[in-house]
Amino acid sequence: MVQQHKKSFQRRDQIIAGLMLSPTILAAIFFIYAFILWTIWLSLTRSTILPSNHFIGLANYRDLFGSSRWWRSLSNLGVFGGLYVLISMTIGLVLAILIDQKVRGERLWQMVFLYPMAISAVVTGVAWRWLLDPSYGLQAIIRSLGFSHFHFAWIDDPDLAIYTVVIAAVWQTSGFMMAIFLAGLRGVSADVIKAARIDGAGTVRLYTRVILPSISSTFFVAFILSAGLAIKAFGLIIALTGGGPGYSTNVPTIFMYVFSFERGEMGVGAASALIMLLVMMIVVLPFVLLDARRRA
Amino acid sequence: MKRLMIYLLLIIAALFFLLPLYVMLATSCKTMPEIYSQGILALPSHWNFDAWQHAWSAATIGAGSQGIHPFFFNSFELVIPAVIISTAIGAINGYILTHWRFRGANLVFYLLLLGTVFPFQIILLPMAWVQGKLHIAGTLIPGLVMVHVIYGLAFTTLFFRNYYVSIPHDLVRAAQVDGAGFFRIFWRIILPLSTPIIMVTAIWQFTMIWNNFLFGVVFTNSDQQPVTVAINDLVDTVTSVHMWNVDMAAALIAAAPTLLVYVLAGKYFVRGLTNGAIKG
Repeated sequence: MVQQHKKSFQRRDQIIAGLMLSPTILAAIFFIYAFILWTIWLSLTRSTILPSNHFIGLANYRDLFGSSRWWRSLSNLGVFGGLYVLISMTIGLVLAILIDQKVRGERLWQMVFLYPMAISAVVTGVAWRWLLDPSYGLQAIIRSLGFSHFHFAWIDDPDLAIYTVVIAAVWQTSGFMMAIFLAGLRGVSADVIKAARIDGAGTVRLYTRVILPSISSTFFVAFILSAGLAIKAFGLIIALTGGGPGYSTNVPTIFMYVFSFERGEMGVGAASALIMLLVMMIVVLPFVLLDARRRA
Repeated sequence: MKRLMIYLLLIIAALFFLLPLYVMLATSCKTMPEIYSQGILALPSHWNFDAWQHAWSAATIGAGSQGIHPFFFNSFELVIPAVIISTAIGAINGYILTHWRFRGANLVFYLLLLGTVFPFQIILLPMAWVQGKLHIAGTLIPGLVMVHVIYGLAFTTLFFRNYYVSIPHDLVRAAQVDGAGFFRIFWRIILPLSTPIIMVTAIWQFTMIWNNFLFGVVFTNSDQQPVTVAINDLVDTVTSVHMWNVDMAAALIAAAPTLLVYVLAGKYFVRGLTNGAIKG
């Protein structure tokens, strides 16, 4: 009797649990997955300032890929994303290895390297816009040291401005990469390191042959995270260059915003958003599949 | 020798990371003529806080010359409810996903996991339409709060889930045998063990929402904008003389709350970054 009583209570609680979770599930299904389908639909319609259900097939995609501004946005994402991922991961790894050498004031170093992560991308953009200003920033500083022909005006140069975005983004998130790598390094078992030491491995060999190969999954995580940050970068570039000069530092996030909310070409904006999602999927999917296999 | 190299490299890196903060501070405390004559690296000859005062209460942003302060308070009005709601729901969700296992729990997990990676551009247009239909378009409360709660839930739920997995299920089962129900177990057993993860999640959400620009610029109008959008408007405003000292003061004001939290509770912030990233 008592047993049965308990059972029915548990069943009641199970139902409560389901009821409590269902709003989140429904919200996720509606606000994420249905919205994705909705955006796909918009990208196939003649939606301009207002959404329309007038189906026009792939015309928006033809417009999108016929636009030199979109191609510039994509190639900028490639250049910026590639360099940013490479440089921030490298700096992050080097800093993590340095901190891992039992240095004094470990917490303080970490605080200094990681604080830009706590600052908004817009503030970062504003700060670097000032530092990179040719009249007053780094160019002026180095010229005032006597190098009067020193030239560093990337931010005003349509061909070079995208590299200033790399600098600011690397500054903001290298510490994040450091934290990821440091967590990975700290996960390597002390026995493995001790065994390698006994075999006579020096510090360099210890890292290249033993430690780094054993944290390959950390590299993977760092890659996914930094690539994701690159694809999503928006406020930083808006505040740093405004997407310019001209549209020389436009990336897909800016293109999508401008076409959807400023130029009233919602269909093209939706199409660009979908391409962004596909790019993200290509980056993330191998990771999700690998993770699913590990869990299974 | 080797130790020396290590510290030398660390110091060089530290200078690179601290340089922008120093330059912002120094610039914000100078007058424009001093910036022209002394450059941006020099310490202010005397500390002048006019730029801070101007940024706070007089700078032209959007249509008015009210300074940054209303937008600064907007951000608080946004962040406080959004953090509390998304953290509370995340805690309940995490508890259910770990201790009230049901068929399809894994599916829900992946559903939410994907919710943490997709670029938000894909949902902006439908969300703008829905907010229009609900007559909350352009509003801070409830419009922008709603957006941040919805798209923060995947993060908060996963944070709590990853933490509650390590609470032994036997604790829950024993409480059930004693006749405790769903809410009682959460209240008496789970919640008292949750202080660290509540800190991690709340600090994470506070930082993410405070610093967010995209949702603010898309979903709010003029006087409803959060501080990040206002900063960008301020810096973008074309005036005869660009007041860099005012820009820097305003940017520092906008950065202050999250920096303060970082200095006071950096441990939890770092844990959020690495936990959320690695276990998720």
